[in-house]
Amino acid sequence: MTELVFSVLAGFAVISAIACILQRNPVASAIWLVGTMFALAGIYVLLNAQFIGAIQVLVYAGAVMVLFLFVIMLLNLSNDAGDLRGWPTRLIGAAIVVAIAVPLLTVGRYTPQRLASEVTGAVVSGDPAAALPAGQAALAAVTAKGVVGAVAVPLFQQYLVPFEITSILLLTAAVGAVVLAKRKI
Amino acid sequence: MLLGPSLTLSAILFAIGVFGVLIRRNAIVLFMCIELMLNAVNLTFVALAQYHGLSGQVLVFFVMTVAAAEAAVGLAIILSVFRHRQSVDLKYINLLRG
Amino acid sequence: MIQLIWLTVALPLVGFLVNGGLALRRPGAKAAVSLVGPGVVIGAFGVAVAAFLEALRSPLEAAVIVPLWQWLPVGSLQIELAFQVDQLSLVMLLIVTGVGSLIHLFSVGYMKADPGYARYFAYLNLFVAFMLILVLGANFPVLFIGWEGVGLCSYLLIGFWYGEKANADAGKKAFIVNRIGDFGALLAMFLTWQALGTLSFTGIAEKAPQLLQPGGAVVTAISLLLFLGCTGKSAQIPLYTWLPDAMAGPTPVSALIHAATMVTAGVYLVARSNVLFAMAPVSQTVVAGVGALTALFAATIGLRQYDIKKVLAYSTVSQLGYMFLGVGSGAYVAGIFHLATHAFFKALLFLGSGSVIHAMHHAYHATHSHQDAQDMRNMGGLRKQLPWTFALMGIATLAIAGIPPFAGFFSKDEILSFAYGRGEVEPIWKVFWGMGALAALLTAFYMARLMAMTFFGENRTGAREREHLHEAPWIMTGPLLVLGILSVVGGLLNLPTFFPAGRHHLLDGWLEPVIEPSKQFLKLEPPHGATETMLIGLAIATALVGLYFGYRLTLAKPIPTAHDAPPERGIWKLLNRKWYVDELYDEFIVTPLVSLSRIFLWKTVDQGLIDGVGANGSAWLSRKLGWLGSRLQTGEVGIYVILFLLGAAWILHTVVR
Repeated sequence: MTELVFSVLAGFAVISAIACILQRNPVASAIWLVGTMFALAGIYVLLNAQFIGAIQVLVYAGAVMVLFLFVIMLLNLSNDAGDLRGWPTRLIGAAIVVAIAVPLLTVGRYTPQRLASEVTGAVVSGDPAAALPAGQAALAAVTAKGVVGAVAVPLFQQYLVPFEITSILLLTAAVGAVVLAKRKI
Repeated sequence: MLLGPSLTLSAILFAIGVFGVLIRRNAIVLFMCIELMLNAVNLTFVALAQYHGLSGQVLVFFVMTVAAAEAAVGLAIILSVFRHRQSVDLKYINLLRG
Repeated sequence: MIQLIWLTVALPLVGFLVNGGLALRRPGAKAAVSLVGPGVVIGAFGVAVAAFLEALRSPLEAAVIVPLWQWLPVGSLQIELAFQVDQLSLVMLLIVTGVGSLIHLFSVGYMKADPGYARYFAYLNLFVAFMLILVLGANFPVLFIGWEGVGLCSYLLIGFWYGEKANADAGKKAFIVNRIGDFGALLAMFLTWQALGTLSFTGIAEKAPQLLQPGGAVVTAISLLLFLGCTGKSAQIPLYTWLPDAMAGPTPVSALIHAATMVTAGVYLVARSNVLFAMAPVSQTVVAGVGALTALFAATIGLRQYDIKKVLAYSTVSQLGYMFLGVGSGAYVAGIFHLATHAFFKALLFLGSGSVIHAMHHAYHATHSHQDAQDMRNMGGLRKQLPWTFALMGIATLAIAGIPPFAGFFSKDEILSFAYGRGEVEPIWKVFWGMGALAALLTAFYMARLMAMTFFGENRTGAREREHLHEAPWIMTGPLLVLGILSVVGGLLNLPTFFPAGRHHLLDGWLEPVIEPSKQFLKLEPPHGATETMLIGLAIATALVGLYFGYRLTLAKPIPTAHDAPPERGIWKLLNRKWYVDELYDEFIVTPLVSLSRIFLWKTVDQGLIDGVGANGSAWLSRKLGWLGSRLQTGEVGIYVILFLLGAAWILHTVVR
């Protein structure tokens, strides 16, 4: 059942992504990207990261993409025919993509057993989840504190400093964006 | 569960993003393809968070935040450039040439 | 004093520096130059005499090497700047400094009115310094320094009056033709080093018999290449053409360089390398053959030259041929003997002709005439106006013709008798002897012709000029007198056993230790008894016949002046035009070489290859490569992205297994 849903969502994500990069109209590109993000949010939920899935929809699709659309509309960009590069570049691009994709696709062979055996250094039989203590702890935390709480604990304990720094980063970004986009400083 | 397929999907989405970056001349759409790549990486993190601990999900959290900040600043820059060049076509943005 | 032998070189060098400095700063300081110029050479002569007396008192068993400093210590090649004092170098030292001093004194008078007075003496002193380095050198490289140095000074002095293009050209010709010979000398040095591992003369004398095969290819090659150098420096066939042209220089220069000293360097070199030549019979034949041929050939040309200096120039070439005939036959002592006597009488002849030319110049200058002061057809009957010059040149003529008891007879006779004696064993030497004897006849003839045209008969200079002709001042005739005395008594150096005093064999005995190493390969016996008497008689007869007919035939008809002379015809034209050798060289060697240089080497290689491909081409390549590199920084994001992702892909490949 899960696999079926996953396949549907994955297919939709891939189709949306391809459509996104090939659309001439920037607005259409943005909408297709939103579609990809929704599909990914669904997959996150399937992967036991419900909080992240929600955040994906709220922040990424809801704020970042909206910002993109604002800017596109603001600049009043048209369907420019010369927007995509010519065939030589497409071929080179395809070659590079293949060069990058081929090693990456090798990670597809990872199953939980294989991962467990690579991490512990011994062949694992039986339940792989049992061989990875961190995964066990994660599952336990979700059961105990709920989805949000499970993420909140490391966020405010282990990763407190990066959290604070990220807040400053956001402030900097906001100020920087305002300054850069002003007509007159 | 779903580890292998998720990782494969992530690789495919990343490759698509790369292709988009190489092929498009519109700066904003290029930016969107970069966001696509970031999403693919997020998927990898989440998929492995099941086995390596919730740090994976926390990292995704941070990635999203930084991506948002980056999007804001990047779009502001594109906006300034547009004001000078009246276009966001990359072939006009070449002031850093040697 | 032997240890201080370097003073002989140092003194003339100081003279060069002083005179050179004066030439640059105070060219008018003639008095100072007149003191320093001859003074340093006389000083060197004094040192030479002292060294000689020291060697007489305590005879040298072996050569004394006076090292000065390490010059080129390169691995196993250890060349030091060292002088070698032995019997041979002492003889050469005395000749060079002695005759050199006399010529310096003569020059004081001859060059008095010349604006380049200081420069002249600077060059002349430099020449003496280099010549002494040549004869004193203990190894080939030091000798070669002197060799090249005298070539340089020869060039400087031949082209002394460089305002006239012809003079500058003559200087260049001398230097370039010499260089061809030097090429051979250098190759010989390389071969010697490779074969023997040493370049010092004592080392070669020791090692050559051990390491080289007598009559083998190596030693023959070395000696022939050395001889090539000698043909250049000592003006033998085929590289003699520079010497007649060299008469463009001042006459004392011709006397010193092209009669007494520089041109004899080749003979000295062969004598020095006697071991090598003794081991190579082929080279001996070549040396002697070329010498004999040159002697005859040059004598024929001298028969029909009208410029007094040109006659003497060809005479020098011819007499040098005799010297090579001598050393080629293995009669090293005879060759050196003739070198010494020739230095005396040839210097005397040149200086005497200088005296004549001086007088003629003075006369033409006074009457503002533009006639040639050196053409014998403009002279005649000068014995009335220049009695001393006439008498002394007469002595020299008798000496060169080979009339006893004058010097030339003994030395020439010794060479010819050795050649004849060797001819008993190897027939080709009889041919060489014949050529030498014929050349002796022609020598007597053209010398008598010279004397007849210049000093006898009616004076053709012109009525107005005649009253301005007078004898040279004492500063010029003094040295002539000394040389005249030497031409008379010089023969005593090495009288043959025919004469009672000859039992002493002065020069033979003196040079014995130097020639010793060659004796194991070549033992030469001069003819004795009846053969010797016949040869002596033949020599005297030849000389008398030549002199007589030269005198009679020249004065048989009235001689036209240069101005009125009819053009030459037939065989006389051939002789007057020097057998057209210069023209042949020009046609077959010089012109092809020049066009090769221009068309191929200059246009194709220099302009096309080196400039075009090398200099301009590398610039073009840099520019293109730079352009290529600039394509990386177009400022276009697309390109940057591609490169970025290429790098990323590569990293991925390296990291992901």
